[in-house]
Amino acid sequence: MKQLFLKREAGIFILLAVLCTVVAILNPHFLKPQNLQNEGRLIGMFGIFSIGAGIVIITGGIDLSTGSLMALLGVQLAIILVEKHWPWPVAILTVLITAGLLGLAQGVLITRLKLQPFIVTLCGLLIYRGTAQTIAHDETKGLGVNTGFELLQKLTTGEVCGVPNQFILLVIIAIIMWVVLHRSVYGRYLFAIGQNEAATRYSGIGTRGIIVSAYVLSGLFGAISGILFAFYSVSISPASHAQFYELYGIAAAVLGGCSLAGGEGSIIGIVLGTALLQVLQNLVILLNIPSSLNFAVMGGVILIGVIADQLLKKK
Amino acid sequence: MPAPLLELRGVTKRFPGVLALSEVSLEVYPGEIVALIGENGAGKSTLLKTLGGVHQPDEGSIQIDGKPVTIRDVNDAMAFGIGFIHQELNVLDNVDVAGNIYLGREPVMGGPLRLINRKKIHADAARYMKRLGITSVPTTARVGDLPIAYQQMVEIAKALSMDTRILLMDEPTSSLTLSETETLLKITQDLRAEGVSIVYISHRLSEVMQIADRVVALRDGKNAGGLSREQITHDNMVKLMVGRDIAFRTPAATKPGETVLEVKDLRTQRYPGQNVSFTLKRGEIVGFAGLVGAGRSEVAQTIFGVDRPAGGQIIMNGARLPAGSPAAAIEAGIYLIPEDRRKTGLVTSMTIRENITLPALGRYSSAGLLNFGKEVSESERLSRELRVKAHTVEQRVKNLSGGNQQKVVLAKWMALEPKLLIFDEPTRGIDVGAKAEIYDLMRKLAENGVAVMMISSDMEEVLGESQRVVVMHEGSISGFLDRPECSEEAVMRLAVGHHQAAAT
Repeated sequence: MKQLFLKREAGIFILLAVLCTVVAILNPHFLKPQNLQNEGRLIGMFGIFSIGAGIVIITGGIDLSTGSLMALLGVQLAIILVEKHWPWPVAILTVLITAGLLGLAQGVLITRLKLQPFIVTLCGLLIYRGTAQTIAHDETKGLGVNTGFELLQKLTTGEVCGVPNQFILLVIIAIIMWVVLHRSVYGRYLFAIGQNEAATRYSGIGTRGIIVSAYVLSGLFGAISGILFAFYSVSISPASHAQFYELYGIAAAVLGGCSLAGGEGSIIGIVLGTALLQVLQNLVILLNIPSSLNFAVMGGVILIGVIADQLLKKK
Repeated sequence: MPAPLLELRGVTKRFPGVLALSEVSLEVYPGEIVALIGENGAGKSTLLKTLGGVHQPDEGSIQIDGKPVTIRDVNDAMAFGIGFIHQELNVLDNVDVAGNIYLGREPVMGGPLRLINRKKIHADAARYMKRLGITSVPTTARVGDLPIAYQQMVEIAKALSMDTRILLMDEPTSSLTLSETETLLKITQDLRAEGVSIVYISHRLSEVMQIADRVVALRDGKNAGGLSREQITHDNMVKLMVGRDIAFRTPAATKPGETVLEVKDLRTQRYPGQNVSFTLKRGEIVGFAGLVGAGRSEVAQTIFGVDRPAGGQIIMNGARLPAGSPAAAIEAGIYLIPEDRRKTGLVTSMTIRENITLPALGRYSSAGLLNFGKEVSESERLSRELRVKAHTVEQRVKNLSGGNQQKVVLAKWMALEPKLLIFDEPTRGIDVGAKAEIYDLMRKLAENGVAVMMISSDMEEVLGESQRVVVMHEGSISGFLDRPECSEEAVMRLAVGHHQAAAT
């Protein structure tokens, strides 16, 4: 199993490297510090919630609600920071708790009422988006006015020695989650549940609690990414903010080797998958491909990746 | 003697790294039942699959009616009149009986919509079901709602509807109850009387003695000899299969100790109206006999906590066990080796090591982080102790044979200290050699003071291993039999519902 992952990760890494080289040759602008820095920011922000998406997928579930969740949390953050003037640590904590509770609610519905994850999180997607639009009165909320949260803004959008903070945060989270997923008891349980929940339960493991925790983690990582996105884009229009992002997360996880059937995947794969998707987007812009083709290019590459994997597996 | 209907000569089949069949020969004459016996991995299933068109032989020839043929795929096999009933049923649960029998060959009405001719399909299906002696099941019943035995009948009916002359059956009785097995065996004899030849694999030697006209044994992919009707005895078959004698087993005579488990008025979800009460003592092996569906597995699952009880108490070593918690049961030293290894016993796509350590990861970790070295050394020790046949503990469990898989399930629990081990059908689908090893282990555990609860539908196993037998019927206990009163007949009487007072 391990070897298969390594192969998969090596494959996607090579693909990423080839893609970067090609783009760099076709348009040297790719390697300019400003472009790389922006890539780093995007990979950081997309990577964090993609890890959450991957963890849920490893348990055999799926979380479709993340994009809407980030819109809801962005609106919430803007309101409590800018309009209500809460101290920023309290505001951040509030956003995290909200996300955790919503993840908990989804997890409980899935494990206790035995509802399908797809349905539960699809309802989440609709409900969170609608709620975001309602509490914002469908108006765009801004985080540009600085009163009392300059430090937070600096933390979420700044850089250290030229490396964007979003990217640094992703690296830290990825290292922690790598240990958790691939070296801890909890991680082993996640994989075991994804492979065969019944047999795991028959081994005396509280599988429900662990599944719930995966949705809570997905919510929390969504919240972290959501906060970063909110400050990155400065203004949040509730109807379109972070729309379809859950699909980016799922795509990154699947590209990185997570099986939608559960029980397979790795942190390195998810991060590489995220990077690949972001470089692709960058490629569309740098190579002057009409941006309307953006989604089609992405879909095409994911499809090719999955087909290649399937063919290699058969061998 | 008439000419053989089917003749195999020198058939060899190689898989990567394995010689599955080596110059195997087999003849099948019209209207006879040939039992194919051998240990797991002897090549029985491969041989049947070669005949059924699933595998192609690398060398050798197949003749049907004296003419050499090539069976390229399953459709070819069907065209030659070869039907195949696989070990795992291949029915569609959500489709009715008639639809399953005629899947892909539905009679249609005229017209562009190709609507199914419902009248014809049901009439035809009913005819084949009737030929099998089944008139109680309407052909409009959803197959998923039928008991396993009837689902299998649907498969046999399907084979018959394709003018099958040779019926191949791979362990057809392994998931049937005793009475269902009787029905199936009777059907095979009816089919023989109609001129259909049957080649079938079974690990249950008493069945073979009952119906087979001839026995062909395989060992390590080679012909290991055959037996004619009058030579078929238990001992002869075992000798051919393993190449040595194995004595018929009698239960160990260990003295049971104090009470470990007390079950008081337990009611399961499946039979909430029935109370079950019994006790198990240290060092005894208690067989739980009964027909499949008698509620034995439900009792086991409720004790182990994967099912919630509908009522009653489970007292382990004097303390009441919290309901519905496998973690609490494990904490108390109760472990379950479930009936379906692949579904509930093992995470088959994980390695031997990962499976063995799964229930006790706390022992192989500190501060939540796993200690791989300790995992490897412990799982290696346990798989050596239980003689799991594998190159390394990093091998995935799904690539092991049934017997080895069962040993991994056992190893999982041996790492902890069992006080009560519940075996649910411990040797289903396991070959003779591995069976003996599992029985020896069971006895060793009992000698060391473990209470063993053994649910089994295999009469030989119940009589050969249990010091005491509890018989269940439709959710309640119909009788307790102590060693001297145990006999096949006594167990069967209770299993079919004669309660003890009436039986004695």
